[in-house]
Amino acid sequence: MVRTGGGLLVSLAVIVGGILLASLRVNLYFYFAGYVVLQYVVVATAWNILGGYAGYVNFGTSAFFALGAYTAIFLIEAFRAPLPVLILAGGLVSGLLGLGIGYLTLRLKGVFFSIATLALSVVLQTLIMNWDYVGGAKGVTVIRPGSPLFGNWVRLLFTVMVGLAVAAVTVAWIIERSWVGRGLRALRDSEEAAECMGVPTLRLKLFATTISGFLLGVAGAPFPYYVTYVEPSSAFNLDYAVNALAMPMIGGTTTWIGPVIGAVLLGTAQQVATVTISSELNLLIVGVVLVAFVVLAPEGIVGLVRRPRGR
Amino acid sequence: MFSWDLLANAVVAGVLLGGFYAAVSLGVSLTFGLLDVVNIAHPAFVILGSYAAYAMNSSFGLDPILTGMLLTPLFYVLGAAVYQVYYASFERRGEESLRGLVFFFGLLFIIEVSLSLTYGVDYRLVEAPYIGKSIELGGVGVAVRLLVPFAVGLAMTLALHLFLSRTFYGRAIKAVSQDRLALRLMGANPVRIKTIAFGIGIAAASLSGALLVTIAPVVPSTDRDYIGRVFAIAVLGGLGSIGGTLVAAIILGVAESLMATFFGPSWSLAVSFGILLLALAVRPTGLFGR
Repeated sequence: MVRTGGGLLVSLAVIVGGILLASLRVNLYFYFAGYVVLQYVVVATAWNILGGYAGYVNFGTSAFFALGAYTAIFLIEAFRAPLPVLILAGGLVSGLLGLGIGYLTLRLKGVFFSIATLALSVVLQTLIMNWDYVGGAKGVTVIRPGSPLFGNWVRLLFTVMVGLAVAAVTVAWIIERSWVGRGLRALRDSEEAAECMGVPTLRLKLFATTISGFLLGVAGAPFPYYVTYVEPSSAFNLDYAVNALAMPMIGGTTTWIGPVIGAVLLGTAQQVATVTISSELNLLIVGVVLVAFVVLAPEGIVGLVRRPRGR
Repeated sequence: MFSWDLLANAVVAGVLLGGFYAAVSLGVSLTFGLLDVVNIAHPAFVILGSYAAYAMNSSFGLDPILTGMLLTPLFYVLGAAVYQVYYASFERRGEESLRGLVFFFGLLFIIEVSLSLTYGVDYRLVEAPYIGKSIELGGVGVAVRLLVPFAVGLAMTLALHLFLSRTFYGRAIKAVSQDRLALRLMGANPVRIKTIAFGIGIAAASLSGALLVTIAPVVPSTDRDYIGRVFAIAVLGGLGSIGGTLVAAIILGVAESLMATFFGPSWSLAVSFGILLLALAVRPTGLFGR
């Protein structure tokens, strides 16, 4: 109970800190870049709930992210819905898709599951590209409603993302410490053995895919207001899929802190590289770092830190 | 307004496209189907082959497909080297599934980004005397730029089939997919056999890349379109079945061509991924599964 209370305090402190940061009037670019890093904290954490805890590698992260974004676009176009509704709806729709791929795991294990998620992402992108109401292939311009909190949209979105990141990490933290987390770890190591020991593997997998999908959708929902112009190729960008997988891999997939470390390090490095070098080169860095880590440090940074202590 | 002419043209173009798709997918059938190595970076090696053919064509005026053939030994060595790294880092430790997949995903990304850093993101195309010509076959116009890759694709399929069924190394590759221990007991080194097989897979990828650039211009990100195609074909054809790969490739080629003709090209990519999803969900062992 003490640890739970402590965790709650830390979460609150981070949120309050975020609001304070947002009310500081430093250069707007800081919030602009910070939003991306925080968005990756949510994405990496969401990916890790399924990929790290349950061992099901999702290559279709961008599909869930984009589904959240396009749900938001649809609601903006149709009802001018407010931001909290967009976030909730984006999460719910992506969560439903997650539930769907959860049922796929009945037939598809390991590699086949990963390939299926990749395929899903392309099918979904084709559907969106041919759906003119949300802009089709040429994209859509989203107009931000006037006078938000904090007097500026970028600051508001940054604060919202702080809250979402804290929420996502808290969810991962709770899952990790509960019987759900233990069950997921059991089925990651051996699904058959877990099933034999009475672990409800299907229910756990459905839970993991749904929560993971929900959080990815939540991360994508504010995206239209952030970029104000969304086209399928930017929302379904393969970079999300690669980053979602690279960040937990670099940080460490077994604990909640791994994706956070990975997202903050890699996300910040990419933001700095985009400004100082070029955006192509920063993708190259991600690729090289990812390959180097899976080859040389399979347990990620968390593993590197733990190893000398003999675990 | 339904036109039989249009249908005939679409089917012929689809079959020709299928022969080329077979060439692209052979490597995956070999590495994924027989070796259980999920080389998701295969399409990136295809594009690397395309750019190699483009580079030789634009600076020396060499025929792209001839270049593709000449470069296969180089790509064979590259593939063998990649497999050695993969083996030492993952397979030997018994961690191939998850991390190996991520390794190849990273590799795909590195190749793609390196190409766009070197050549930019403009469409690149090659020049050869047969590109742009077309011949008339029973009222159906056939583009020679599709016919040549089709023929090469068929030849590659036949060659790989003969290699796997007639030669010592070919049979050893089939054996390694069935029983590694038995192969070891027969005095053959499974790692060496797998290295050879992987090298052949990458060499086939590079040659099919040369075919790709004769069919259509390429950009570094073209590889993404082929991830779904090659795995759809390999899964649909029954993993490891070379004949099945050809049949599945032609089915996919015709399906895509019909879709592009009657519903518009923006839908054609969904066909391959849709077929892949369906194949995975309904019959993961494919049409000719082992």
